[in-house]
Amino acid sequence: MQLSTKHLLGIRDLQPADIQLILDTATQFKEVLQRPIKKVPTLRDVTIVNLFYENSTRTRISFELAEKRLSADTINFTASGSSAAKGETLLDTVNNILSMKVDMVVMRHSASGAPHFLAKHIPAAIVNAGDGINEHPTQALLDAFSIREKLGGLAGKKVAIIGDIMHSRVALSNIYLLKKMGAEVTIAGPPTLIPVHIREAFDVRVEYNLRNALEWCDVANVLRIQLERQNQPLFSSLREYSLAYGVNKRLLDSLRKDIVIMHPGPINRGVELDSDAADSKQSIILHQVENGVAVRMAVLYLLAGGTQ
Amino acid sequence: MKIILNEQQLALTIQRLANQLLENHLDLANTVLIGIQPRGIYFSDRIVQQLQSEVAPAAIQYGKLDITFYRDDVRKGLHELNQTEIPFSIENKEVILIDDVLWTGRTIRAALDALLDFGRPAKVELCVLVDRRYSRQLPIQADYVGRPIDSIITQKVKVYWKEKDGKDEVTLL
Repeated sequence: MQLSTKHLLGIRDLQPADIQLILDTATQFKEVLQRPIKKVPTLRDVTIVNLFYENSTRTRISFELAEKRLSADTINFTASGSSAAKGETLLDTVNNILSMKVDMVVMRHSASGAPHFLAKHIPAAIVNAGDGINEHPTQALLDAFSIREKLGGLAGKKVAIIGDIMHSRVALSNIYLLKKMGAEVTIAGPPTLIPVHIREAFDVRVEYNLRNALEWCDVANVLRIQLERQNQPLFSSLREYSLAYGVNKRLLDSLRKDIVIMHPGPINRGVELDSDAADSKQSIILHQVENGVAVRMAVLYLLAGGTQ
Repeated sequence: MKIILNEQQLALTIQRLANQLLENHLDLANTVLIGIQPRGIYFSDRIVQQLQSEVAPAAIQYGKLDITFYRDDVRKGLHELNQTEIPFSIENKEVILIDDVLWTGRTIRAALDALLDFGRPAKVELCVLVDRRYSRQLPIQADYVGRPIDSIITQKVKVYWKEKDGKDEVTLL
C-alpha cells in the first residue's frame, strides 16, 4: 500500500491505483477535519518548506493548513523579499534550505518543469503545487475527490472543462486524471483558447458551443480567464467572452437536468461565472476548498513515507 | 496450534463480558463504547449486540476508532487506514475501549492519545477478549478480560469471526 512515485510532480506519472489510494486516504483525513481537535501527530518529525515563486492564496494556505494539521513544521518562502531578488538560483535556494534539514518541498513556480528539474538534483520529496502551464496535480486530485463525493464515483461520469484550456495547468492535470479514472471529458471554449490537436492527443471531445457542452455533461469545471498569462488578445473583450462562454443561472436552469458547477478559484465574477451560479445549490466550489486540505494531507502523508 | 475458545465458549465469554460491563455501568446513560479498528470492531459489534438484547438499543452510544495516526511506529512504513466514527461527544463520559487481543499495550496507548483529541473523558476502561499476560511493553492493563493466556513472543493469537472468516474461534498459533 504505497505510491509508485517518490514525488508528486504530475498526474502524468501516476497510476490509477495511486490516484485511488490518495482519494481513499483523503476520505480518512476529511474525517479528522471534522473532529474537535483537527490535528493528528503523524508528521511530527517532518519539516516542510513551501517554496512559492508565484502568487497564491488558496493553494499556499491549503498546503500550510494540511501540514499543520499533520503536526509537521512548516516554513514559507515567497520569492518577493527573498534572495531570489538578489539573483540566487533555484538550486542554490533549495540546497540552502535543505541544509537546514528540511524533509519535503512543496513548490509552485512559473517555469514548467521546475519541480522536475529539482527532483533530479535534491534528495527531498517534492510536491508540485503548480508549474507554469504544465500541471497542478493536487488541484486535479481535489477536483476528483469532490466529484466522487458528490456523484459517487468517477468512472463513466461526464465532465466538461470550460474556458482557457490553453494556459491552464489545472485543465491538463484534470484531463490526465479523469481519463485515467475512466471518466469522459469534453473541452469547451473559444477556439483561440483550445490547443489545436487536443482532441487526438488526449482523446477528449471538443465543443465550441457552451450550451451543447453543458447539456452533455454531469459536471462543469469552469476555469478562470488567465489575464496574467496572455500577451496577445485571444478574444475581443471580457464582455464578449462572458456573453458566449459565461456560465449563469439562467443558462443552468434552461438545461434538461441539474449539473454540478466547479471552479478552481479565484473566480472572475461576471466573466466566466456569474455570482448567481457560483453561489447556487448546484455549486460545490466551497466544498472543493474544504476537500483541498484533506487531499493535500493525504498526499503529504503518503509521500512522507517511512523513516527507515 | 491450540484452540483457546471454541464457538460455544466464545459466545459464553461475550455474554459474561457484556454482563460485567452492565454490572458497573447499569444504565449506560453516561457511558460510551468504542471499538478499535481494524479487528476489535468485530468483537465490539458482538458485545453491543449482546447489550442491546438486555438494554434498550437507543441507549447505547457506540463508536469506532482507527488509531493509525497515533501509532508510535506510524512513520516506519505505510499502514492501512480504517474508518473512525465517533458521532458523539466523549466529554465527561465513561469510555469503554474494546479490542480483541491485548498484547504489548501499544495499540491501547495510541487509542488513549487519540481519545484525548476528542475530548476529556471522565474515565476510560478497557475490555479485551484475550489478554496475553506478561507480554506488556507499556504499563497498560485491562479492566474486563475474556480469557487470560500465557504465550511466548513468537506465538500469534488469531481471532476468527463468522462474519469475516466463517467461524467463531480463538486460536493460539
